[in-house]
Amino acid sequence: MFETIGQNIVSGVLVGALYGLAAFGLSLVFGVLKVLNIAHGELIMLGGYSAFWIFNLYGIDPFFGLLLVIPLLFMVGWVLHKGLFSAVVKSDEEERIKNSMLIGFGLTLILQSVAIQLWTADERSITTAYATASLELAGIRLPVVRLAGLIIALLAVIGLELFMNRTYWGKAMRATAENWETASLTGINIQKIYLMTFALSAALAGVAGTLVSVSFSVNPAIGLSWTLKALIVVVLAGLGSIPGTLLAGVLLGVAESASAYLVGGAYRELVGLFLFLIILSIRPQGLFGGGRG
Amino acid sequence: MDKFKWGFIAILTAVLLLLPWLPFSSNKVLTLMIQMFLVASLAASWNILAGYAGQINLGHAAFFGLGALTTRLLWLNAYPFILSFLAGGAVATLFALIIGVPALRLKGIYFSIGTLALAEMLRVTVGNVLPGISALPAPDLINYDLAPRYYLISGLWVIIVGASFLISRSRIGLGIMTVREDEDAARAIGVNVFRHKLSAFVISAFFTGLTGSAFAYYHVSYYPQFTFNPVWTFDALIVTFIGGIGTIIGPIIGAVFFVLVRDVLTTSLTDFHLIIFGILIIAVVLLLPGGLVGLWHRAVRRKW
Repeated sequence: MFETIGQNIVSGVLVGALYGLAAFGLSLVFGVLKVLNIAHGELIMLGGYSAFWIFNLYGIDPFFGLLLVIPLLFMVGWVLHKGLFSAVVKSDEEERIKNSMLIGFGLTLILQSVAIQLWTADERSITTAYATASLELAGIRLPVVRLAGLIIALLAVIGLELFMNRTYWGKAMRATAENWETASLTGINIQKIYLMTFALSAALAGVAGTLVSVSFSVNPAIGLSWTLKALIVVVLAGLGSIPGTLLAGVLLGVAESASAYLVGGAYRELVGLFLFLIILSIRPQGLFGGGRG
Repeated sequence: MDKFKWGFIAILTAVLLLLPWLPFSSNKVLTLMIQMFLVASLAASWNILAGYAGQINLGHAAFFGLGALTTRLLWLNAYPFILSFLAGGAVATLFALIIGVPALRLKGIYFSIGTLALAEMLRVTVGNVLPGISALPAPDLINYDLAPRYYLISGLWVIIVGASFLISRSRIGLGIMTVREDEDAARAIGVNVFRHKLSAFVISAFFTGLTGSAFAYYHVSYYPQFTFNPVWTFDALIVTFIGGIGTIIGPIIGAVFFVLVRDVLTTSLTDFHLIIFGILIIAVVLLLPGGLVGLWHRAVRRKW
């Protein structure tokens, strides 16, 4: 009994770390650019495929492959921002969100179809030698790849916190998120910050995608469901707190696995729905968000 | 000019009313028209909340799906059609009332994300609970005729457009639009912001539910989960924005454009049609702010 519950919580935490990781990039772009990138899940999908092909064609371990996937997706983000989203951020805030959603949806269609044409609709996953290995701790099984996911998520939080608080670019991003007009008055190049933020967000999607292809699987259609998980996490967490985003992801993961255990099967999503509604009724600004709702 | 305009509208109305009996009519034409009115209804009902109240509801598909689900269940269990049809709208309305209270506390984009998440949870649940395909029974299939479907869906569209028009002229509609423009100012002059938002949400959900009900009557066989697919939401969104948000005529213009382009692309470029379609959506967003209605207004202003 205790072990089953413990196992459920641990599995939830491990999956939830990945949800948090998937949400970092989305939260960042949303906070700084004030645009909603619905194609974020498609970037995760691209990251997953990149890791898959790097592993399959060159035999590079997916965790070392991150060193290639991150710059690759950074470039993808760079190009997407230059080509599309830089035009969106020129309009006022309400227009931005509307236009970014529509463009994101168009992009979703394009990236999905391109992925189907290039890589077929087959389900792919990276099967490393240690794919099924797991540690055992007090009777609770910890799959190694998912544990690695949690560690990478924690490293990402630390890295992002250091970046945001210690570097010029990070501080400039926070200033832009706070108030872009004042930020630009202090001499920050807003357009450049937008570009960097978007590219960084895509790179983070690449990290999440790699972990998805290692511990789940990728196919051209996974984008929307990951965008959704990330969105739920962003709403639950609120904006502005990176550790909070990870915590909200973990909360979602635990809630999902707990409800699968308690209610079982068909109605498990409804538990998440109620939890979501209750939390938002009490704290519309999110669990870790600032005062603004 | 005016005489010409009214003459044109009269001829168009006559053609649409008599469409199933006209010589050039075929199943292909009727199907296209049904799809057009379906998407236009979906967009027009979405526009009631998005265009007038300024709330971007990304969970639109949930109401469409609930309407379709309810009507299909009741109708196939031998309840009278009209009752099943209205029940679809009623269930969607009820759901809007239940989730509207917490969801509308969310502001701006958080409302959009919240509704999207709720709709997605509902979609997954429906897929889990009702995995089987829903098909019309054989006797209904033998008598299946597109003409009554066409009249039902086009009639529903007329009702939604009429309702939108009335709302835009009514006291409550003016209140709703005040909320869209500035919530604080609306509150200051004594408009109950929350109640107006909720009204727009519920009216929008009612018509969306009925559109789903009409879909359940039209479509021969589909998985119940299909009607909850977020694609329905995005269809409504794209059609409204392509046409022109917050206008009466926008959704139908967008729907004609959307359905025709989609049909041409699917038949001519089977494998690549979604890529071209995606590029087209992006191009319209970037190049045509204000949608086709906005383009028309700019063209007219230039001429005179």
